[in-house]
Amino acid sequence: MSGLDIAGDDLQPKSFEFGPAELERVNVIIAKYPAAKKQSAVMPLLDLAQRQHGGWIPRAAIEYIADMLEMPSIRVWEVATFYTMYFLAPKGKHKVQVCTTTPCWLRGSDDVVAACKSHLGIGFGQVTTDGLFSLHEVECLGACVNAPMIQIDDDFYEDLDAASTARILDAFKAGERPKPGPQNGRHGSEPAKADPSGDDAQC
Amino acid sequence: MLKPEDRIFTNLYGAEPWTLEAARKRGDWDGTKDLILKGRDWIVDEMKKSGMRGRGGAGFPTGLKWSFMPKNDDGMPRYLVVNADEGEPGTCKDRDMMRNDPHKLVEGCLLAGVGLGATAGYIYIRGEFKNEADILDAAIAEAYEAGLLGKNACGAGYDFDLYLHRGAGAYICGEETALIESLEGKKGQPRLKPPFPAMAGLYGRPTTVNNVETIAAAPTILRRGATWFSSFGRENNAGTKVFCISGHVNTPCNVEEAMSIPLRELIEKHAGGVRGGWDNLLAVIPGGSSTPILPKSICDDVLMDFDALREAQSGLGTAAVIVMDKSTDVVKAIARLSYFYMHESCGQCTPCREGFGWVHRVMNRMVTGEARMEEIDMLHQVTKEIEGHTICAHGDGGSWPIQGLIRHFRPELERRIRERLGAAAA
Repeated sequence: MSGLDIAGDDLQPKSFEFGPAELERVNVIIAKYPAAKKQSAVMPLLDLAQRQHGGWIPRAAIEYIADMLEMPSIRVWEVATFYTMYFLAPKGKHKVQVCTTTPCWLRGSDDVVAACKSHLGIGFGQVTTDGLFSLHEVECLGACVNAPMIQIDDDFYEDLDAASTARILDAFKAGERPKPGPQNGRHGSEPAKADPSGDDAQC
Repeated sequence: MLKPEDRIFTNLYGAEPWTLEAARKRGDWDGTKDLILKGRDWIVDEMKKSGMRGRGGAGFPTGLKWSFMPKNDDGMPRYLVVNADEGEPGTCKDRDMMRNDPHKLVEGCLLAGVGLGATAGYIYIRGEFKNEADILDAAIAEAYEAGLLGKNACGAGYDFDLYLHRGAGAYICGEETALIESLEGKKGQPRLKPPFPAMAGLYGRPTTVNNVETIAAAPTILRRGATWFSSFGRENNAGTKVFCISGHVNTPCNVEEAMSIPLRELIEKHAGGVRGGWDNLLAVIPGGSSTPILPKSICDDVLMDFDALREAQSGLGTAAVIVMDKSTDVVKAIARLSYFYMHESCGQCTPCREGFGWVHRVMNRMVTGEARMEEIDMLHQVTKEIEGHTICAHGDGGSWPIQGLIRHFRPELERRIRERLGAAAA
C-alpha cells in the first residue's frame, strides 16, 4: 500500500477548494451514484483534487472532500492512504513509474530501471532537484505483452529498452510529450511484424 | 487455428477506430433490440447453453451465475458490476477490449443487465488505465446519444444506465467484494461471504460481478448462438479466449484462439515461438501470476483450458501465458511475485498480511542460497497455512506460485543452498 508519506505543515496549504471547471466535473461525478450514496464519489474526487493541486493531495483537500460528501474525514483518509495512486506529499511534475513485476522483469525492466536512475540521477521514491521528475517502482500495470514499460503521468510507454527510455526522458526534459505506446514500431498488442514466423492473421 | 470469421474481438489490435460508427460496421449493436425482446430467461438460458465460464480467472459458469440473481422484482435497484480492474501480472487483454473495442463491452453490459434484471451497471476500471477509461467513457456517451442506453434502451422498453468508475491502484480490488467496497467509497478490503453479492452486493442490493471479457463476448454469443460458441474447445471448456503471451517469446502478443489449444501450438503459431527455440524453454506460468509454474516437460503437450491445466496442478486463470527460457533465474522470477503478493495484501487477514512478508523474506534467501535446507519444507508449509485461511483468494493466489516452484524446481532450490554452503566451507 502507499504508506504514510504525508507532507509536513510547511507544505500544507491553509485551505483548498475546487475551481469552477472541477466543480462542474464534481456534479457529473456525483450524479453517477444514488443520491444517498455520495460517498462513492470519494475516489474520483480525490483524483480530481490531486490533478488540480499539482499531483498531490493536501490535508485541506481531504477535509474539503469529506465535507462535500458528508462523510467523516477519517473515512477519506482511509481511502487516500490505501490506494497507491494518491500522493499526500509533493512529487515530481512528471511521475515516472517503472513496472518491475515478473513479466516486465523477464523482458529487461532492470535495464529500464538503470536507465531511469542514471538519466534522472535519482532513486526510487526520490524527486529531481528541479522538481521535474520523481521515480517510482510500481507493480504490474497490465501491458505485459508490451513489456517492459513505464507509465509517465497518464501515458504508457511500452516495448522499451535503455536507449528508448533515455530518449523519452530527454523529450520530457525538453518540455515535449513523446508519443505514448510501443516504442519499437508496433501499433498495439499484435505480434511484431518484423518476425517472419509471426504469421498471425488477427491484425 | 481459429478462423478469422470466428473471432469475437475483431478489433483487438486497434487497426480500426473504436467509435460507434466503426463498431456498427464490425457488427456490434446489430439487432440488440430483438435480443432484449427475447427476454431475461432466454438470455440466461443461452449463456448457460454456450458453456461460457467466467474469463476473470475462476472460470465459474456465467449463465449459472446470472441465474442466481433474485427473480422477484421489488422495484429497487439491482446491479451489474464489470470487473475491469485488470491487474493479474501477465494479463493485458481487457485493456485491449476497452481501448479498441469498447462497444462490445457496452452492448454486453446492456444485454447482461437484461439477463440479470439489473437497473444499472458500473464498470470498475483500474486507475492506471486513464486513457482507456476516457475512451470507454466516450463510448458510453455515444451509446446514450444514440438511444442505446438509458430510458427505453434500444427502443426495447428496458431502462438501463451504465457508469464508469476509476480505481486508484490496488490489485485487491479485482476481488469482487473488495471491488464493491471500493465502489462504495471505502478501502478495498474483501467482505466475508455469505452473503454473496447476488443477495447483498453493491449498496446491499443484488449484484453480479463479471469480468470484461465475459461481458464483452456475450453479445456475439447471443447473436451467433450458444451452439456456435460451444463448438470451440473441449467439453466443459467451451468457446474462444483471448490469450496474453508475454516473456521470452519472439513476438509477445494478445491473441484470440479456441479454448483447449495446445500450449506449444499457441506459442509457436502466434508468439513466434520460444526465444531460441522450443528446446530452450524452461517453464511457463500458464494463466497469470497466481497459477503455478509448469516445467517444459508438462508444457510439451498440455492443453490450454480449465480442466487440462487443473489436472496439471495449475490453472487457466486469466490465460496470461508467461514464458521463461533457460536463461531465466526461475527462483528470482517467483521471488518477485512473492513481493507482489506481499505488496498487494489488503492487510485484513493475519495469514496473508504477515505470511506473505515472511514468504518474501525467505524467497529472497532462496534466490541467493542463504536459506537453510529445512526452510524449503517450512516455506511450503507456511503457504499451506495461508491458503484457504483468509477471507478472499489473495491468500491462495500468493501461495500457489511458491508451491509450484517447490513442486517442480526443488532441486534448483537445494542446489543453491548446497553451493552456498560449499562456498562458505571453502
